[in-house]
Amino acid sequence: MPADVQKLVRMANQIATFFDTQPGDTQAAEVAAHLKSFWEPRMLQALYAHVDAGGAGLSPLVLQAVGRLREPV
Amino acid sequence: MKDFIIPGLDGAPAFSDRDYGTPERHSQKMVTLTIDGFEVSVPEGTSVMRASNTLGITIPKLCATDNMEAWGSCRLCAVEIEGRRGTPASCTTPVTPGMVVHTQTAKLQKLRKGVMELYISDHPLDCLTCAANGDCELQDMAGAVGLRDVRYEAPADGGFQNHFLRKDASGAPNPEWLPKDDSNPYFTYDPAKCIVCSRCVRACEEVQGTFALTIEGRGFDSRVSAGMAGDTFLSSDCVSCGACVQACPTATLQEKSVIELGTPDRKVVTTCAYCGVGCSFEAEMKGDTVVRMTPWKHGKANRGHSCVKGRFAWGYATHKDRILDPMIRESINDPWEVVTWDEAITFAATKLRGIQAKYGVRAIGGITSSRCTNEETFLVQKMIRSVFGNNNTDTCARVCHSPTGYGLGRAFGTSAGTQDFDSVEHTDVVIVIGANPTDGHPVFASRLKKRLRQGAKLIVIDPRRIDLVRSAHIEASHHLPLRPGTNVAVVTALAHVIVTEGLYNEAFIRERCDWDEFLHYAEFVSQGRHSPEAIALLTGVDPQELRAAARLFARGGNGAIYYGLGVTEHSQGSTTVMGIANLAMLTGNIGRPGVGVNPLRGQNNVQGSCDMGSFPHELPGYRHVSQDTTREIFEKLWGAVLDKEPGLRIPNMLDAAVEGTFKGLYVQGEDILQSDPDTKHVSAGLAAMECVIVQDLFLNETANYAHVFLPGSTFLEKDGTFTNAERRINRVRRVMMPKNGYADWEVTMLLANAMGAGWTYTHPSQVMDEIAATTPTFAGVSYEFLEEKGSVQWPCNELHPEGTPIMHVDGFVRGKGRFIVTEYVATEERTGPRFPLLLTTGRILSQYNVGAQTRRTDNVAWHAEDRLEIHPHDAEVRGIKEGDWVRLASRAGETSLRALITDRVSPGVVYTTFHHPDTQANVITTDFSDWATNCPEYKVTAVQVALTNGPSDWQVDYGRQADLSRRILPAAE
Ligand code: SF4
Ligand code: SF4
Ligand code: SF4
Ligand code: FES
Repeated sequence: MPADVQKLVRMANQIATFFDTQPGDTQAAEVAAHLKSFWEPRMLQALYAHVDAGGAGLSPLVLQAVGRLREPV
Repeated sequence: MKDFIIPGLDGAPAFSDRDYGTPERHSQKMVTLTIDGFEVSVPEGTSVMRASNTLGITIPKLCATDNMEAWGSCRLCAVEIEGRRGTPASCTTPVTPGMVVHTQTAKLQKLRKGVMELYISDHPLDCLTCAANGDCELQDMAGAVGLRDVRYEAPADGGFQNHFLRKDASGAPNPEWLPKDDSNPYFTYDPAKCIVCSRCVRACEEVQGTFALTIEGRGFDSRVSAGMAGDTFLSSDCVSCGACVQACPTATLQEKSVIELGTPDRKVVTTCAYCGVGCSFEAEMKGDTVVRMTPWKHGKANRGHSCVKGRFAWGYATHKDRILDPMIRESINDPWEVVTWDEAITFAATKLRGIQAKYGVRAIGGITSSRCTNEETFLVQKMIRSVFGNNNTDTCARVCHSPTGYGLGRAFGTSAGTQDFDSVEHTDVVIVIGANPTDGHPVFASRLKKRLRQGAKLIVIDPRRIDLVRSAHIEASHHLPLRPGTNVAVVTALAHVIVTEGLYNEAFIRERCDWDEFLHYAEFVSQGRHSPEAIALLTGVDPQELRAAARLFARGGNGAIYYGLGVTEHSQGSTTVMGIANLAMLTGNIGRPGVGVNPLRGQNNVQGSCDMGSFPHELPGYRHVSQDTTREIFEKLWGAVLDKEPGLRIPNMLDAAVEGTFKGLYVQGEDILQSDPDTKHVSAGLAAMECVIVQDLFLNETANYAHVFLPGSTFLEKDGTFTNAERRINRVRRVMMPKNGYADWEVTMLLANAMGAGWTYTHPSQVMDEIAATTPTFAGVSYEFLEEKGSVQWPCNELHPEGTPIMHVDGFVRGKGRFIVTEYVATEERTGPRFPLLLTTGRILSQYNVGAQTRRTDNVAWHAEDRLEIHPHDAEVRGIKEGDWVRLASRAGETSLRALITDRVSPGVVYTTFHHPDTQANVITTDFSDWATNCPEYKVTAVQVALTNGPSDWQVDYGRQADLSRRILPAAE
């Protein structure tokens, strides 16, 4: 995995790790909201591209969150 | 708009310079008495001297001054009180109801003359050539009491003793004469002029809290002495805060700048540009030359105190290294070419627009400065959002307090500290976590120490035994020396004890917080795995100490938490901030004086730069760029469409640069190459860009990679405001014209206009008006208002017309306070066989951050180089001795510096500062960062340390590259 993708994966997983510990059933939504609030579009695009390429290394919660983000509104 | 407004001299009585002689008392009970026939009521406990001053009647005095308790040694302030015998000292006599005082009678006149005659008989009469001429209380008092002759004269046989003649009349050396102590770079001590009033000693104890001075000897032999026998001021514990110099009524302790330049002729109130305490100063001027900076007694952050940086380290403003002309170059391998402002600005604007045409609108961005004013920061983010047309704006707060914004925002609803500094005067238990106030926030530390000496208790949570843990007359009740990176575990364990032992404040929680969230949180922290015993192995903290600390904080009265970068600069920085907020809510310590959650901000205007919308996802006032209503406010006023997607943060910009999608950067007053982690990554990112514009005072390290250099201006050269760590908006006032030709806000305006902005500001007050018009928390702020009030703490608007010293008084800004579960997650940065030690970083008093300014002042007398602190045990197994050169290596890189062996750090932990570019401590730090904000994890890096011969190859290469890139072509004739 290229270093830049590796870094995105790590950052995304870190966010998921935090929300994973939170109560309730909104974890995926929270991760999605966090990504949407703080990540610049090209970072999100790179993350999506990595998901499309198999999403190696991403935690399941990130995958769920990305799924939500990409749902057409 | 008037340029200079000098509160106090312009008449506002609240800002008068009068010295009331003794400190203010705050009793609710008033006492009425009569002084010279006038009736006056003052709070119980007030001295007769102060009461008299409130009437405008000045009683002669020498040993009293109103920032320290009375001493009663000079006897000059004698008064007569009806019904009392003798002539009591008015400074030490408290008022009583019905007292009748006379301050001027024949008897008093005679007595005072006698006292002055004695003083003057042992004082040189070289007033005309004395540095304090015109600024000497001894001189003033001689005049005030009508002293006309001195009857004591040195007899010819040399029998009469004095302290000021080198030789007596017979030519024999005077054994009582002592030479001047010139050792401190900023002030001198001339024992010949000392009247032994002990004001300096008391200032050092009561105001500064260092206890460096004593009076040695008795009677005629008494002397002021710094440190132990044989010490000079420089070798003693003195931290050069200047309080003693300020207190000295004579020329005994005198600023060297005054000795050189003479007394100032005007004063302008302004704000220190170093740290987040935001001390108010009077810049004392002669023409456009600063003679000295003295702390302003009406400054609400500092209450008349200062530290060595603000007080003395302003000489960088006129340092020869300052670059005053714009420069450009096509490639970073070329030497710089000096050009006109026009050429430089056109060059920069053309490059930036060219990049956007080629790589897209989002291929450029900018970095605002936490050292520049609010107005300047506001304009930079305005330029990026409305002229560049994207949200790629960030600030160095990214690398320090961004987790504070995120964490407190989620818990309480505002991204700022909850108290004012005065609050500490009401605190009973203080937790200091991940901060080293005596070095990082010295004036706040002095105020804290004062409270601790009055009996408040202290808990220190820090890997290192910082000075506060044990220093003169202060001892922490508990020091929890945790392993770097385990803050969350320790904070959660404190909560575990408070919850499982039933020490929480249920009434507060039920009223102010979300009860269901609390129940969930309580269940979480109560789990056995969060107990102090369970985490002891991980954190290295003694469980009994941790339990005792938790009990003390929960039960000890008003509890306040102060924290610094040791909390935020971690991969779980935001989580720790939330954990701290939890502790405050659990114990009900929010919403009144003496309590609260208080981030100690690093740079002078970190708070302001965050408030002003420096972050890529937030418009001014912490409103997300995706909010249509907020964008509309700005779009309407600015006549531009704003991007609704968040922009890149600094680390993301550098990543994008390395990938090739980010090509141009405008950096105002920051040195990201030196201050940001993983130097190699930063330099790779900068090197990949096509246009880097650096605006700064000096050719800083980042400028090695720049194509355009725009000279910046100092805080002495511009008008504006800074916002300190207590949300206090303080005025910065211009005392001299910008040596580079433009204030920084004007330079930004030049660039923006060259890119088509059409801005027409003529004064920063207009920018503040724009801020107030667009940002609800600033709605009531204007320069007129600040002139009147001196300063104000936001929110300042219709709801809080006078500002907000303490937040969340009747409820949290977000409604109910939120308890947030804080699970400890180990950082990925782990020690192992190759890198067995943990490096943590910090700062010291005399130097400031990357040191660009302080290194260009005489402050280098205290900190000429960065040293690596290492525990004796770790040093011994590596064969390292004090002062040896050692190689410090992490997986990111390596550097060399000299070792300092000390048990301040625990075994397994090493520590260094980052003030000197040669050290390049950030070559070592990694690119791990806070999960929520990408604030870099400076405070934990796994490293190895070994003996070496000198600077590393990287340092040598770096030095060579830096020298090359700093070449400047001789100006064309
Ligand atoms: S400069 Fe400050 S620390 Fe030094 S002796 Fe004076 S009061 Fe004490
Ligand atoms: S040095 Fe100044 S303040 Fe200190 S005792 Fe002497 S005269 Fe007083
Ligand atoms: S550096 Fe900080 S504490 Fe020192 S004078 Fe300036 S604002 Fe005050
Ligand atoms: S001023 Fe009161 S005794 Fe000196």
